Amino acid sequence: MKTFKTVVFIGLFLISGFAGATALSSYTFKDKAEEQEFRELTAKIRCLVCQNQSLADSDAELANDLRREVYTLWNEQKSEDEIVDFLVSRYGDFVLYDPPFKPSTYILWFGPFILLVIGAYVLSRALKTKAEDEEAELTEEEQQRLKSLLDDNNDNQEPTR
Amino acid sequence: MSDTKPTPNRTRYLIPLFVFLIMAGFLLKGLFMDPRHIPSVLINKPAPEFNLPTLYNPEKLISKADMKGKVWMLNVWASWCVACRAEHQVLNTIADMGIVDIVGLDYKDEPADGKRWLQQLGNPYKEVLVDKSGRTGIDLGVYGVPESFLIDGEGVIRHKFTGPLYYPDIKDVLIPKLNEIKGMAK
Repeated sequence: MKTFKTVVFIGLFLISGFAGATALSSYTFKDKAEEQEFRELTAKIRCLVCQNQSLADSDAELANDLRREVYTLWNEQKSEDEIVDFLVSRYGDFVLYDPPFKPSTYILWFGPFILLVIGAYVLSRALKTKAEDEEAELTEEEQQRLKSLLDDNNDNQEPTR
Repeated sequence: MSDTKPTPNRTRYLIPLFVFLIMAGFLLKGLFMDPRHIPSVLINKPAPEFNLPTLYNPEKLISKADMKGKVWMLNVWASWCVACRAEHQVLNTIADMGIVDIVGLDYKDEPADGKRWLQQLGNPYKEVLVDKSGRTGIDLGVYGVPESFLIDGEGVIRHKFTGPLYYPDIKDVLIPKLNEIKGMAK
């Protein structure tokens, strides 16, 4: 049973790798380096139909069309920026996995750091008050009460021995 | 001890609750948002140029310039699109009301299938354009049919419906938007 599961797992693993390979197999490239470059470019672009897959991986109809479009522009020697602009001007920033740095995305870029600063401040304050509490000495009255409590405790325990 | 400084202590314990409520608020809103709805970047931008054959006469080409001077709605549909079937009756109603000219864009479809569809369900379109390759669809930022664009007399996209139109949309969105567009033109 265990071997069967392993075989199925390996099989699925191989198929998943193969699926990625088929998406680009219909295109021809001069060399491996160029193919790698094209793969990296399409991996940065989101497939809008299946939003958790990149253009490099998706077999959706629209992804196919967009890949063909990117390939055409690519063959026209368009720069990566021009190709990305082409897609963003039609589909918006959402096609990019990396959100661009601009006013509407500031909260996305700065948010975590702002939270980090707030967290650091809260932590430092908490530590400081804790340290102050520990340093605080007992008043005369409290010392007496403490002593009597400890004495009481000793008294109570004695009979059990 | 507790009666010397009760207020700061009590509020301090409420801080995590507030943080939780704020996060819960965001997450709750997220539940009711449609991740498939991506705001179009083409709103208030000129519609892309096109020059496409019509469904019933492939010899006849219609371009963006031909549509100049009137407000119209471009409805992207296909015979393979299930949601379009539900939407089609709404389009028929809009056509019957005569509030806006609808031009269909038969997207990545076989013309024969498109014609059969219109024969079965009725034809609400002034013209039906054929985008067999889907290239005009890409220029329009189409990522899921049906999608509808309201385009003004200057050829500027003023509104986009992503997904099917429902009956309430006519009164709630379409008519107010059309009035808004006509108001802008004056």
